[in-house]
Amino acid sequence: MNNQPIIQASGLTREVDTGGTRLTILQDINLEICAGESIAVVGASGSGKSTLLGLLAGLDVPTRGTVFLDGEDIFKLDEDERAGLRGRLLGFMFQSFQLLPSLTALENVMLPLELSGAGNAREVAHSWLERVGLEKRIRHYPRQLSGGEQQRVAIARAFVTRPKMLFADEPTGNLDAATGAQIIDLMFAINREQGTTLILVTHDENLSARCSRVIKLVAGRAVD
Amino acid sequence: MNMIRLSLRMLLRDWRAGELHILTLALIIAVSSVATVSFFSDRVQRALVLESNRLLGGDLLVISDTPLPPGYAEYARQLGLKTTHLTRFPSMISFGDNSLLTSVKAVAPGYPLRGELKLADPPAEGVAAQHIRVAQGIPERETVWVDEKVMVALEVTLGDKIEVGAAELTVMSMVESEPDHSVGFVSMNPRLLMNEEDLAATRLIQPGSRISYQLLVAGDEGRVAGFRRWISERLSPGERVEGIQDARPEIRSALDRAGKFLSLAALASVVVAAAAVALAIRRFIQRHLDGCAVMRCLGATESDLLRLYSYYFVMLGSAASLLGCVLAVLTQEFLSYWLSELLGIALPLPSVLPFIQGILTGMVLLLGFALPPLLNLRQVPALRVIRRDLELANLHSLAGYGFGFAILSVLFIWKAESFKLGIMIMFGFLLAVILFGLFGLLLIRLFLLTRPQGSGPWSYGLANIRRRTIPSLVQATALGLGLMALLTLTLVRNDLLEDWHARLPENAPNRFLVNVQSDQQKKLMGFFDEHAIPRPEIFPMVRGRLMKINDRPVNLNDYPDPRAKQLVNREFNLSWTDTLQSDNEIVAGRWWREEIISSEHELSMEVEFAETLGLKMGDRLTFYTGGGDFSATITSLRKVDWDTFHVNFFAVVRPGLLDNYPVSYITSFYLPPDKTPILQELIRMFPNFLVIDVASVIERVQNMIEQVTHAIEFVFLFTLLAGFAVMYAAIASTQDERIYEAAIFRTLGARKQQLARAWAVEFAVLGTLAGFFAAAGASALGYLIGKYVLHITYSPSLWIGAVGVLVSVIGVTVIGLIGTRTTLSQPPLQVLRK
Repeated sequence: MNNQPIIQASGLTREVDTGGTRLTILQDINLEICAGESIAVVGASGSGKSTLLGLLAGLDVPTRGTVFLDGEDIFKLDEDERAGLRGRLLGFMFQSFQLLPSLTALENVMLPLELSGAGNAREVAHSWLERVGLEKRIRHYPRQLSGGEQQRVAIARAFVTRPKMLFADEPTGNLDAATGAQIIDLMFAINREQGTTLILVTHDENLSARCSRVIKLVAGRAVD
Repeated sequence: MNMIRLSLRMLLRDWRAGELHILTLALIIAVSSVATVSFFSDRVQRALVLESNRLLGGDLLVISDTPLPPGYAEYARQLGLKTTHLTRFPSMISFGDNSLLTSVKAVAPGYPLRGELKLADPPAEGVAAQHIRVAQGIPERETVWVDEKVMVALEVTLGDKIEVGAAELTVMSMVESEPDHSVGFVSMNPRLLMNEEDLAATRLIQPGSRISYQLLVAGDEGRVAGFRRWISERLSPGERVEGIQDARPEIRSALDRAGKFLSLAALASVVVAAAAVALAIRRFIQRHLDGCAVMRCLGATESDLLRLYSYYFVMLGSAASLLGCVLAVLTQEFLSYWLSELLGIALPLPSVLPFIQGILTGMVLLLGFALPPLLNLRQVPALRVIRRDLELANLHSLAGYGFGFAILSVLFIWKAESFKLGIMIMFGFLLAVILFGLFGLLLIRLFLLTRPQGSGPWSYGLANIRRRTIPSLVQATALGLGLMALLTLTLVRNDLLEDWHARLPENAPNRFLVNVQSDQQKKLMGFFDEHAIPRPEIFPMVRGRLMKINDRPVNLNDYPDPRAKQLVNREFNLSWTDTLQSDNEIVAGRWWREEIISSEHELSMEVEFAETLGLKMGDRLTFYTGGGDFSATITSLRKVDWDTFHVNFFAVVRPGLLDNYPVSYITSFYLPPDKTPILQELIRMFPNFLVIDVASVIERVQNMIEQVTHAIEFVFLFTLLAGFAVMYAAIASTQDERIYEAAIFRTLGARKQQLARAWAVEFAVLGTLAGFFAAAGASALGYLIGKYVLHITYSPSLWIGAVGVLVSVIGVTVIGLIGTRTTLSQPPLQVLRK
């Protein structure tokens, strides 16, 4: 871990209009995350965890505030430039896995490489599926895999481009405790190996306990 | 990144995963139905033209009263066309003491190029049946073939030598029928066919003789058209070119209508197919929303996604269109083979145009309906990966379908080959979409107000429609449109066929009598009474040539249109009557009335004739007749229904104006086949009469109508098939929601049967809505097409509407339940875990 912040957010606020009234989902979030850190964002449902994750990853645009990723002010970029930045720097894992149902496990892992135009997508994806223990399931479609297996495919897809940062939204939320624990082990093992910065949203105390830092949100504000 | 390669990979992956089956199926059915209909109607139309060309003896005639320059035939042969020529003139022929005015036709090898010349055994005592055979070649030198009238009048038998001018020629065969015998009002004198090489020996071709030289041309349709264009620019005065359409207005109008109907059928299949494709794309887009959001997360830019899916759809469209076209070629080949067997006519080979049209249709349909949602798809918020509730803002927008519709209308106008028909159909369907949408929304809102109580299938089924308001509306509208196209076609088809049969009743006039003199009228009526033939109406006529228009001499060079040139150049018949004939309709000006005395000589002109010659109301025409010049002003334009085979005139004047000019009379009547022998008696009684036999023309027209009827029936079946594709696509478009819903309901304890009943209610309601939409829309569109495009009387049919609604209710319910059967059999957990 080095002490250079790879993620810097300041004054991050997100408001939405709900039928004439303005609702503040996130209010004035300031944070710095150093490379190699693992951060758990926790809080009750509706506290703004997923919104914060979406803003930090540039999936959504704030009402106010800035986010610097690896030194780049991402909201000065347009949506396409942000997409390019995501492709280069970020990996994602989701509660509902978000695998494409029409692609096999291997093809799902190949997809980010193909989108970035990498030449040896198949080999690289294959080796990542081996790494997550799914070498025998590479030709299976998501619907033919268990939840744990689907999340392993998602881990392989998240790490296949060797991202600097990994954003995970409730990665164990859809899994039973035992499978969830296995997934956490795998994710942290690869994270250590790759030196990736990990930002995850979770309700799972086991998971947050393993992170180097916990950010707690209450009604859209970060509390200590 | 190589986007094309990635697109192809995605396409193949989606295909393998079964994501594309419905869309591809809809496209293939769309393309193949459109292309089959086009291929088939193209072939049938060309067969009908060829078939009618048999009446000319060739595809095109060049006619002149002076020998034709050899360059014409040479050029036609250079184009790869077959040619032959003939010389026609009236002449006295004799045998012993008997002599007879005959129409002589000197033919060259190759005659006839189209149709058949039939020979028969001469009548013999006690022999009723005549052996009829098709002639091989033309009469040999120094021989002639004559018709029965010559044999009877001259009292000759086969082998006798008759005098034709200065030559003595042997009668070798009796002519039963000639293909070019009944076209136009040519002389119906007794007929004689001879070899043109004997012509010189007859010494009948002298300066001043009334001779018609004809060049017959036949071959590939495009080349014939090319030849026609070429020669039209080179015709000298006295020369004219004729195709079947020029010769017989009733055939032209039958062909026109058949053509329009077949185009209409092709258009209907486009509409039906478009509805299927639009629905299938809707489902595709919905299923790909998440994938796009994930790809956006993984770094794909908007333009990456746009390119990715553009290539994707172009490849999918090309493959499906190609496959559809191949299928169409096979289907139409089978249909054509079957139809040729049935009708005994060989269909010409298909042209490549339908193939191109098919491919273009597929691409236009796919891109027209896929592009707008595609443009939206690239804007899928990446945040959707976290928040599933983020929908595409414009997924259901009508603007998206509007673009498809606009593109479709261009296709319409092109396919309809008529701006009017294309625009009418386009606006008809556009209006239908709007009205269906609004009315459907209103009905669904009404359901909302009258929320049924309880938990039976009715309340669940109706609740489903309420919950899926927009998808239900889209489904009902698409189904309604598809069905509307089918019903319109059914209604128009019935009217067209009925109209044809009504126009050509069994006892339509089949003989014309020309050159009846004033003092012969009474005797002629007596003759009809004696033979129990109803007295026909008899019309006066004065032959005249158009000399001046608004006192300006007519100049042939003012008419670039060959048909106009030919009409101007021709002597035509002026008639008069005080009452408008029943098959005439005034379209401009007014018919004369006894009480209104006009200072001008009033003249009523046939509207198409006037249009061809550029004549308008108020123009003053001067004719030269045998009795001097005669001028009159156009005070009305008439539309004439030529299909009736009644006597009709291009120019009709007010009674009394032509009393001092040389007049003769013309009439038409129906002669039952068993009474044919009385014609001989008629000719003996009135030797000056010209009898024109149109029986064979009528028979051919009736035959053609029969053929078109069969063609229309087949084409219709195909459109019906496309209708099933719409139903399937419509049901599939909400399949995913249904699967999920079923899982939840079943988890909560609903039995399969309960769900199936609720869905049956939902489908039945959708079917009813679609059925009523379709019946109402089809009635309106059928009326418009009947009135303004096909010019037939439209009779609204409640019966067809009712059957349409019933078919819609039953069809949608049955296909819906079959389509969702697998949905119910999936274990709920499997679905919910997805």
